[in-house]
Amino acid sequence: MGYTIVEKQELIPGQTTMMVIDAPQIASKARPGNFVMIRTSERGERIPLTIADRDSARGTITIVFLVVGKTTADLATLNQGDQILDVCGPLGRPTHIEPSGTVVCVGGGTGIAAMHHIAKGHAEAGNRVIAVVGARSKDLLLFCSELSTLCPELRIATDDGSAGHKGFVTEVLKDILDSGEKIAEVVAVGPVPMMEAVSRVTLPYGVKTTVSLNSIMVDGVGMCGACRCTVGGKTLFACVDGPEFDGHAVDYAELRARLWQFRDQEQGAMERFSRECRCDG
Amino acid sequence: MAEMKTKRKIRPRVAMPAQDALARSGNFHEVALGYSPEQALVEAQRCLQCKNPTCQSGCPVEIDIKGFIAALCDDDLAGAYDILRRTNALPAVCGRVCPQEHQCEGACVLGRKHEPVAIGRLERYVADAFLRQAAESPDACRAVTDLDACQPKRVEHRVACIGAGPASLTVAGDLAGRGISVDVFEALHEPGGVLVYGIPEFRLPKDVVAREVDGLKALGVTFHCNWVGGKTVTIDDLFARGYDAVFVGVGAGLPRFLGIPGENLVGVFSANEYLTRVNLGRAYDHLNHDTPAFRARRTVVIGAGNVAMDAARTALRMGSSEVSVVYRRSEAEMPARREEIEHAVEEGVRLRCLCGPLAFHGDNKGGLNGLTVQKMALGEPDASGRCSPVCLEGQTEHLPCDMAVIAVGTRPNPILIEATPDLGLNKWGYVQADKDTGETSIPNVFAGGDIVTGSATVISAMGAGRRAAREIARRLL
Ligand SMILES: Cc1cc2nc3c(=O)[nH]c(=O)nc-3n(C[C@H](O)[C@H](O)[C@H](O)COP(=O)(O)OP(=O)(O)OC[C@H]3O[C@@H](n4cnc5c(N)ncnc54)[C@H](O)[C@@H]3O)c2cc1C
Ligand SMILES: Cc1cc2nc3c(=O)[nH]c(=O)nc-3n(C[C@H](O)[C@H](O)[C@H](O)COP(=O)(O)OP(=O)(O)OC[C@H]3O[C@@H](n4cnc5c(N)ncnc54)[C@H](O)[C@@H]3O)c2cc1C
Ligand code: SF4
Ligand code: FES
Repeated sequence: MGYTIVEKQELIPGQTTMMVIDAPQIASKARPGNFVMIRTSERGERIPLTIADRDSARGTITIVFLVVGKTTADLATLNQGDQILDVCGPLGRPTHIEPSGTVVCVGGGTGIAAMHHIAKGHAEAGNRVIAVVGARSKDLLLFCSELSTLCPELRIATDDGSAGHKGFVTEVLKDILDSGEKIAEVVAVGPVPMMEAVSRVTLPYGVKTTVSLNSIMVDGVGMCGACRCTVGGKTLFACVDGPEFDGHAVDYAELRARLWQFRDQEQGAMERFSRECRCDG
Repeated sequence: MAEMKTKRKIRPRVAMPAQDALARSGNFHEVALGYSPEQALVEAQRCLQCKNPTCQSGCPVEIDIKGFIAALCDDDLAGAYDILRRTNALPAVCGRVCPQEHQCEGACVLGRKHEPVAIGRLERYVADAFLRQAAESPDACRAVTDLDACQPKRVEHRVACIGAGPASLTVAGDLAGRGISVDVFEALHEPGGVLVYGIPEFRLPKDVVAREVDGLKALGVTFHCNWVGGKTVTIDDLFARGYDAVFVGVGAGLPRFLGIPGENLVGVFSANEYLTRVNLGRAYDHLNHDTPAFRARRTVVIGAGNVAMDAARTALRMGSSEVSVVYRRSEAEMPARREEIEHAVEEGVRLRCLCGPLAFHGDNKGGLNGLTVQKMALGEPDASGRCSPVCLEGQTEHLPCDMAVIAVGTRPNPILIEATPDLGLNKWGYVQADKDTGETSIPNVFAGGDIVTGSATVISAMGAGRRAAREIARRLL
């Protein structure tokens, strides 16, 4: 028995897809920051994807994913009404949310989707949320309308200047920090270089900074140690101790190296996948 | 020792047919091939049918060993199987993976002067042969429980098991046969626990495990995979959903690392990760499966238990041309089953004893390229009775390698424990459970297997499952 896709939307054609999945038990437990492990076929790999939203009344969770390799490409071929073989969760520690004042939520690329759920949690807890989103260009931005209804302020940065500030989210963030408003916390979700840069920017301001690490995972339940990362000199497991950690304490160089581990083998799986797809088509 | 006086000429133990060492180090097919009916009979006839069968007390679940061997000698396969089943829910598994030399065979009277009866191989033979026969006329209840016929289902009694390893499978089989409705919740996508994700195909084929699981399904046990106890569903939720009792069999979980420099370099894995990728993810058949496994020319494995042997032999099969097992003590102290150490050495695994890992070294891209080890010598016996390793100051050696697998044990997995603050723990952080009933500090919540004892054996996990099932049945029926 699989998990039915009740809605599918291509947010960025050929790249980023949103799916709403019927999973009442997971939906009833999911909190911002949680993720699920997904497998699309008997021969497939288990991969982690963030729960970008949930609707406990309807019994659904939402995922938003970028096609980077075999499993995400396979997932993107599924349509409304199709089933995903395995969905396991909600996993990971939920985001720590308490009434704390103003929180800046920074999202980059596909990470905006995960950030959106976190921003929603902070807004529901009564915090003033400033959302900062960034992408290469305007067409690659996500969840802007949702974020603008949740947050009193939505700031945009694009590399090519097609929307908002021309440049990086870190520049926008620096402006906010310099404005003098008291910031209780900065949360950053996105590519590793972005999270690292955000942490570097906030460090001199002494602002608590939380990043969400996307380590490679196998089981997602603390059994394999694949997701281990060094935080504050200690080895921690992203799936059970995280995925969110103190951005100032993460060893980013190690994280980057560990994300490249299986590139060759994964390329092989992807090439086979493309070949098979062509044969079918 | 009356039985030894009968002056019977003792024949040598029948050797286990095995795949040729050179051929098998390149494939994942089962290494030990199993006895033929003729071989099984010859070996069974070596048993002295002792009046005081010491073998039985050596078995953690006290199988009536002499009884099943006698039935086998009488050519009564079904009878032999029934005797095994009376105390052991997974004989096809146990016959393959139990450390018999320390258990039944270690206590066999013949072993004092000759080689002990090959009890494990006979157990495997009976289970395999019977199940092959029974496959044609499946009698689920008889194949899975000690009962002659299944009790009618009583939907009013419901028990939930968390985790689907040997401990929970035993509970499920015992209770389902008694008519209790059982649901098993497993975090991974396949039931079996270590039997599917840890122990490799060449030692325990996955279809042997699948057959046991199918037997349980035929008895009416429902498996819910991808359900994480403490996350998808908590113990409180289960009681709220109407379960009368919950059995916690979540295994030992979190891998331990060494805490030495360079441990997070690319190419350094926990045995759990390496074996899970290869076994559960079927990376050994990577052309047909997506889960990747790291490939390396030179592999070092740290540790010397069954897990280490499995990792080393797997690395060899995945294409490493040089595989070494690094261990602090000497070969005599290695905790792995003797047979597995012998198999590993035959296949070409090199044992580097009296070496303690000091530091991993990497290249400028964060990839592993070597391990420095500290040379050791054996000192005085320590609290465990084993000689403790002592450092030979200043004597180190550099082992070039591009993959390292760490197999030095596990710690309790935090997920269910953190979600269940009332669950009492012992001083090592494992779940505290009554040794006779398995009951935890929460009424009607039972626990057993590695989550209670720390990493142990399949048969001890099953023994714990049996005790808990007996108590649960007593309360419900
Ligand atoms: C907790 C967590 C939450 C995540 N949430 C999302 C999400 O909401 N949306 C989303 O699009 N992605 C998310 N990711 C990343 C996602 O898991 C990977 O993109 C996915 O595993 C790639 O699988 P694949 O088979 O398609 O590609 P693969 O063939 O496995 O990999 C293709 C390329 O991606 C790299 N890669 C492999 N695993 C990861 C990884 N975990 N993270 C980053 N790169 C990786 C590989 O090195 C390779 O170069 C998350 C990761 C984690 C750990
Ligand atoms: C590589 C390896 C080789 C071994 N070789 C031998 C051998 O030769 N002989 C021998 O006797 N023993 C051997 N052992 C040890 C033996 O396998 C274990 O002692 C035994 O499997 C323990 O059984 P268990 O039921 O307690 O737990 P496990 O087999 O660990 O099963 C626990 C199950 O619970 C699941 N789980 C964990 N957390 C949760 C959760 N929160 N919710 C739901 N499910 C969860 C896990 O995914 C797993 O499937 C070996 C172990 C390993 C790792
Ligand atoms: S197996 Fe060994 S101890 Fe047991 S009855 Fe036979 S000879 Fe005696
Ligand atoms: S993914 Fe296996 S321990 Fe985190």
